[in-house]
Amino acid sequence: MSSDVKDIIICKDVHKWFDRLHVLKGISLTVKTGEVIVVFGPSGSGKSTFIRTINRLEEHQRGTIIVDGIELTNDIRNIAAIRQEIGMVFQSFNLFPHLTVMQNITLAPMWVRHWSQEKSEQIAHDLLKRVGIPEQADKFPAQLSGGQQQRVAIARALAMQPKIMLFDEPTSALDPEMIKEVLDVMTELAKSGMTMIVVTHEMGFARNVADRMVFFDGGEIIEQGTPEQIFKNPQHDRTKLFLSQILH
Amino acid sequence: MATSVDTLGPPSTSVGVIGWLRKNLFSSWFNSILTIICLVLIYSVVSPLLIWAFTSARWTVITENLRLFMTGPYPPDQVWRVWLVLVIVSAMFGISASVFGGTIRTFGTWLAAGYLLLALLPFGGDGRVWLLANLAILVAGFLAGTRLQKWRAWVVAAWLVSFFATLVLLQGFSGSTVLPEIGTNQWGGLLLTFMLAVVSIVLSFPLGILLALGRRSHLPAIKIFSILYIELVRGVPLVTILFMTQIMLPLFLPQGMRVDNVVRAMAAFTLFTAAYMAENVRGGLQAIPGGQIEAAQALGLNNALVTLFIVLPQALRMVIPAIVSLFISLFKDTTLATIVALLELLGVGRSVLAQPEFLGLQTEVYVFIAAIFFVFSYAMSFASYRLEAALGVGKR
Repeated sequence: MSSDVKDIIICKDVHKWFDRLHVLKGISLTVKTGEVIVVFGPSGSGKSTFIRTINRLEEHQRGTIIVDGIELTNDIRNIAAIRQEIGMVFQSFNLFPHLTVMQNITLAPMWVRHWSQEKSEQIAHDLLKRVGIPEQADKFPAQLSGGQQQRVAIARALAMQPKIMLFDEPTSALDPEMIKEVLDVMTELAKSGMTMIVVTHEMGFARNVADRMVFFDGGEIIEQGTPEQIFKNPQHDRTKLFLSQILH
Repeated sequence: MATSVDTLGPPSTSVGVIGWLRKNLFSSWFNSILTIICLVLIYSVVSPLLIWAFTSARWTVITENLRLFMTGPYPPDQVWRVWLVLVIVSAMFGISASVFGGTIRTFGTWLAAGYLLLALLPFGGDGRVWLLANLAILVAGFLAGTRLQKWRAWVVAAWLVSFFATLVLLQGFSGSTVLPEIGTNQWGGLLLTFMLAVVSIVLSFPLGILLALGRRSHLPAIKIFSILYIELVRGVPLVTILFMTQIMLPLFLPQGMRVDNVVRAMAAFTLFTAAYMAENVRGGLQAIPGGQIEAAQALGLNNALVTLFIVLPQALRMVIPAIVSLFISLFKDTTLATIVALLELLGVGRSVLAQPEFLGLQTEVYVFIAAIFFVFSYAMSFASYRLEAALGVGKR
């Protein structure tokens, strides 16, 4: 199939301002189907804002973003079509507290994809098994640990059977002993061939899983390359400085 | 062998009645003095009240006018329709008590106790038969409800249907011999108070939600209309709105169409409450974290679905206490309808007092009316607390 080599996300010269603050200064990045990209950089560098422009949670004001052949414009139908193909996992989980785990996962498949309740629940059960918490289906989010909540959030995003998964610092809000269980799920997902863009400071994960690492600073892509290149032979001083600060 | 620490009981002075009294009322000499002062104050207020209530009060003003207090000028030979409405409500409460359990079951129990108590009071007439019939229906509904566990949605629908059935039953049809038309101008007493409150609550709830959503809309026309409506209505006293609907509503209606006073009053209460409702709901809407909406959008839900499934359920849950207290004040504000010549509970009270044989019995009448309002307001407030606990308000 030709989609194996297709460029599934194409960003060209993407700019974004918050009022007068120029937070994205001409980001160009192309992602191939099945590629796992780790985005890292200091806080305020625009990395979260950038991945949020990909599913239009933030609007970009200049440049083009094309996802799976559809250009992101103000056209609501395009936005809806693209959001169905992109799953997103947030730093603060953002599970729906008034719905059970099962309802959290089946809501979008039933109401956006219009799949039957049986089919959606079957998918949800399979996904809960895949993320290692099949027994929690009928609990409410508040009854789960942080690590379990984030795994439910991953299952919820996967239930839409998206082509792309975005992770916005998925382990930053977790207690240290729960980070591994979430990273394990993400590693398994990456191995299964999912296209992923991950904003994270988990450098162990990046080293093991990423195909490419992208370093953001000051709203620009400073440097990108394989984990090998980035860790062994960073080209820019800013990359070196940042890595030395977080790797000790 | 000495007693092990595990089996050691608490010191006898810290448990039981004596322990409680000592801990809460007489923990220090200052608290003891406060306790004694309070006891003296309570005694000096309550004892004359009780002595009055049981010796010198002339409750005959209530018992002899009980039908008026309950139904006002509703034709006496048609009062069976009001009783039938009560039977419907009892049946619904009985069924709901076993289907839903929880607070509704508590209410069902109270209702049964209330029927029994009233039936035992010496009122005479066929009221006692109807009360016992209601009690029987309540119990029968409860027993039937045990087999309807799977029909929860239908029971909710039945409540809605019974609401409209009630209106039809009370109003009747013109020309009918079985259910002759009884215009709302002949409704009165507690019946009218209830109808004003229930209709206004049922209508203002959705209207208020729509206004709250409208106020946050991105469409300027809807937003401006909602803001104007909410601010205008909130800036005007309820009494003014009552008078205005009496005079102005007919101006908006087509020629020849007549709307009677009760419907106009219902419109006033509904429009007034909807504005406050909208502001309460807006408070809840604002408290929803942005992450909730983003997560729902990222899943591909459109704005309508996000509002329906994610925002509103959480927002309404948060503002249950505010909404219930709004409904309680609406229930009590229905007494204002008396100034536009409606004979609701307070209006009936005043007309009863105008009769020569009951002159000077204001205290009895107003205490009675206050007691009725208290019972129902407290029931609503109680339901609100139970609902909050059941839905886990304040827990995330």
